[in-house]
Amino acid sequence: MNAPVAIDSGPPHAATVVARTQESPTIFTLKLRLDDAAAQAAYRFAPGQFNMLYLYGVGEVPISIMSDPEERDGIGHTIRMQGRVTQGLAKLQPGDKLGLRGPFGRGWPLQELSGCDVVLVTGGLGCAPVVSVIHYILRRRERFGKLVIIQGVRHAEDLIWREQYDRWAKLPDTQVLVAASEGAAFWPWHVGRVTELFGLANYDPECAVAMMCGPEGMMRVAADSLLARGLPESRLFLSMERNMQCAVGRCGHCQFGGAFVCGDGPVFNWGRVKTLLAHRGF
Amino acid sequence: MFSHSDPAGFLPVGQLPQLVAKLMERGYQCLGPTVENGAIVMRELRSAEGLPRGLQAEQGPGHYRLTRDPDNRYFAWANGPQAIKPHVFAARESLWQVQRDESGRLQFEAMIADVPAQAIIGVRACDLAALALQDAHFLRDNRRDPQYARRREQLFLVAVQCAVPAETCFCASTGDGPTPTAGYDLALAELTEGFIAVAGSAKGAAVLQSLNLSPATPQQVEAARQQGEAAAASQTRRLPKRDLRADLMNRLEHPRWDAVAARCLACGNCTAVCPTCFCHAEVDTPALDGQSSQHERMWDSCFGESHGHLHGFNVRPDIRSRYRQWLTHKLATWHDQFGRSGCVGCGRCIAWCPVGIDLTEEVAALTAGEVPS
Repeated sequence: MNAPVAIDSGPPHAATVVARTQESPTIFTLKLRLDDAAAQAAYRFAPGQFNMLYLYGVGEVPISIMSDPEERDGIGHTIRMQGRVTQGLAKLQPGDKLGLRGPFGRGWPLQELSGCDVVLVTGGLGCAPVVSVIHYILRRRERFGKLVIIQGVRHAEDLIWREQYDRWAKLPDTQVLVAASEGAAFWPWHVGRVTELFGLANYDPECAVAMMCGPEGMMRVAADSLLARGLPESRLFLSMERNMQCAVGRCGHCQFGGAFVCGDGPVFNWGRVKTLLAHRGF
Repeated sequence: MFSHSDPAGFLPVGQLPQLVAKLMERGYQCLGPTVENGAIVMRELRSAEGLPRGLQAEQGPGHYRLTRDPDNRYFAWANGPQAIKPHVFAARESLWQVQRDESGRLQFEAMIADVPAQAIIGVRACDLAALALQDAHFLRDNRRDPQYARRREQLFLVAVQCAVPAETCFCASTGDGPTPTAGYDLALAELTEGFIAVAGSAKGAAVLQSLNLSPATPQQVEAARQQGEAAAASQTRRLPKRDLRADLMNRLEHPRWDAVAARCLACGNCTAVCPTCFCHAEVDTPALDGQSSQHERMWDSCFGESHGHLHGFNVRPDIRSRYRQWLTHKLATWHDQFGRSGCVGCGRCIAWCPVGIDLTEEVAALTAGEVPS
């Protein structure tokens, strides 16, 4: 896994919104640039890492970074309006100011993937940590084998970036399996649980890496399916979410067994967390 | 404090105020045992003579009463609800602030409180063991907490051997007391006629030297050593072993979690008095003029509703999962992070629990019998 980078536990850096995209009625993307040009130039992250975004006078939230690590015109964050901070962030427009600390945590093991088939399993409303991996792989397509994208949503309307899924499905060596528990008119994908699609996934378990992100119940079922088909546990990864307030392993909210999700994760190997994930309430 | 070759001095009982005076002379703000609301707390001593004498702390599940010590000793009270923790990890403090100008531009600035060097008189072996764990958490190599470090660097600790453990104490079974072994600047053992005094640091040795004490006699040292052994032997509560990882992590669905959840109020008293609990919330407090905001941290508890809050749901919605989170972290997974248990046997969580939940009793019930497969 990617080594953690320098811990940024001081005050946030001032940042500016350079672009805002409304992805769905409740989901939006902010592209941010650090005001200090040197800090912006020096900013590096790995897909799967996250930033703490600070809304003036309200507080901070952890948001995963969805842009490409080599993109230099800004740092992308796709955010769902949920609590006080994200509802306020939703009101920001290009030119508005906010604070940014990061990047934090360990990202996806992308350096170790070369030549492998990649299976991405996501659930919920557009899982940004995994979408960043899709973009990463597509830009470096020759380094990877088959790409399988499995995405589940509750309602068909919840699928953001829908045209991207259509586009990805047409690419060579790329399989897209999408399911909505509740369909809608002109919904071209499966209606039902995403877990029903796992059997259709076309990859070589002998040489594949799987990455998961989404509700823990879904990830448990996905893990069972992947492991049953012969994927070694050492090549199954997931991104976890917990309450995070400091992001530097201090405040204790993301305590998960003997790990701080913010620093030891959010990306974990399945073997490290599987035992505790089998129990609700950790 | 009796295991190394450092010379032990003898401080006659009437000269205890001189020790406080020496620390004050050196510029320390001296904190010592003070009776407040019926309990011993560490507060600034107004004078060298201000230490209370002749008190014991009678403790039990959900019970704390100060009683008379028939031997009129200074340190016969086992402990109070807090000792060192609030003086290194403040219950509430600013981490940074941000100014906003008319154009909306933000300017961030780190804040570190200007705190005086403090000496705390009367800390116990359990408190020192807990401080070592707080150090391990807040001063980790790449995550050094500047607020904590600032307070910690200036701290001078006068430890005392516990001669009269409370009924709630079980430091002997966790290996952390009742005689201090490390982490102090000065350690005292109280005998009828005075104190055996041992230095544990260069700072402590300098203070000890300035007191010009006569050496303690071998008989006095032996009496203090035996006093520690008797205090350990008098403890009735215990944990079954120091590493309870397998015992607890293999019993995560034990019915006892439901039973304790039915009693637990999730008030968080146990986490507030626990000397190793480090959870804290971060909150923003904007100024009324709208031009600045303070980002503060304050003690938080894994028993609180908001601790497990995650965009629209709670990972620990019930008290059962919160008590289990606390106990399994403290006694089991703490080992993975810090190389030992997070419990130092001080018994505060037992005494200050309003419904008298006893950690040692819960552990005994949880770990009785075979590990369920």
